[in-house]
Amino acid sequence: MTDGGAADGVLLSASGLSLERGGRELFSGISLQLRRGQLVQIEGANGAGKTSLLRILAGLSRYGFAGHVEHRAAQLFLGHQSAVKGLLTPRENLAWHVAGEADFSAAEIDAALAAVNLYGYEDVPSHALSAGQHRRVNLARLYLSRAPLWLLDEPFTAIDRAGVGALEVRLLQHLEQGGGVLLTSHQPVTLAYPLLRLDLATGTLQ
Amino acid sequence: MTPAATVTFCLRLLRRQLVLGLRRPVELGNPLLFFAMVVALFPLGLGPAPDTLAAFAPGILWIVALLSNLLTSDAVFRSDLEDGSLEQLLLAPQPLYFSALAYVLAHWLLTGLLLGLASPLFALMLGLAPGAIPALAASLLLGTAVLSLIGGIGAALTVGLKRGGMLISLLILPFYMPVLIFGSGAVQAALNGNPAGPFLAILGALLCMSIALAPMAIAAGLRISVDT
Repeated sequence: MTDGGAADGVLLSASGLSLERGGRELFSGISLQLRRGQLVQIEGANGAGKTSLLRILAGLSRYGFAGHVEHRAAQLFLGHQSAVKGLLTPRENLAWHVAGEADFSAAEIDAALAAVNLYGYEDVPSHALSAGQHRRVNLARLYLSRAPLWLLDEPFTAIDRAGVGALEVRLLQHLEQGGGVLLTSHQPVTLAYPLLRLDLATGTLQ
Repeated sequence: MTPAATVTFCLRLLRRQLVLGLRRPVELGNPLLFFAMVVALFPLGLGPAPDTLAAFAPGILWIVALLSNLLTSDAVFRSDLEDGSLEQLLLAPQPLYFSALAYVLAHWLLTGLLLGLASPLFALMLGLAPGAIPALAASLLLGTAVLSLIGGIGAALTVGLKRGGMLISLLILPFYMPVLIFGSGAVQAALNGNPAGPFLAILGALLCMSIALAPMAIAAGLRISVDT
């Protein structure tokens, strides 16, 4: 793993996060520290503020909430949208990705696309791909990224069962290499790895 | 982030935006076609007398260039917001200032540059004296770059809105005015046999100022637009 992280292994630390939307308090007093090798799932019903919390933690929401977020390592954020351009091929989408990670070699990109089962689709314009395949192009970034901190918003959505299996293998690999993962998911996470749950209603991490 | 990595990233962004633009040639042709159509309207409205047209030509050409730039500015960040690329861009470790500059540069290369290069043709349609054509092309090349930068601010501020089209016009047209004044001034000066240089120098100064300031405003606008 590159891109550091502090000596105590904390990748992301947040304290006293509260958010109000439309006069209703979504959550309050959320504090968490994500360390190397930790897998945290944010839990809550629809509209509980899972995505909002993830966007605050990622640094996309800067205003309108109380609390403090500190990044101590490079992060990879995958949101609801795939950030895949229909006019570009999957290979171009990854090679010229706007997230500005390191330069990836053609071989690395091909390997990542093969890992998400898009072998043979590298040079097809992305508008010819299905929604699920767009998700897969986006997930290929998990195989390229060298960021230790992963924030994943519903990574299993629109992915078939084999794909979910492969994704879990990749998550496990990342955690074992000392990465940290924070994710939201409505599907039960069946990883053979200790899972911490952050309950938005109570604000407790267990 | 090292400076070299930032430069590499911006060149990659520029290439991406140019490829995206070139893969949709219709969008490249539309502003030029719009320009040609509107220029063709003026003889119908003002009467076809060559003298009148030639006298109004500097103003007409500049206003049409401005409107054609306005039409395309709206779309600079829109598709990136819709597919989620914009939030990824904001999270990139590179300074957003330079990324915004790369987006605007791509926009200018695909609109203003083409317009500047095609402008002699439109000038001839209106019977502008050939002697004023170099000043027209030069002022358009400089001026449209300023317009693209200012338009980028409007685009960044309105990209999160469903119907930002009208609002962006109201927001940025006032800032287009100095460019219009000095741009058409340059052509007018050349038409009257005076040097266009001072006007072009002011346009150049406007360009320097907007290169320095506009990307900051664009970056701030984008952060606000994505933060919803």
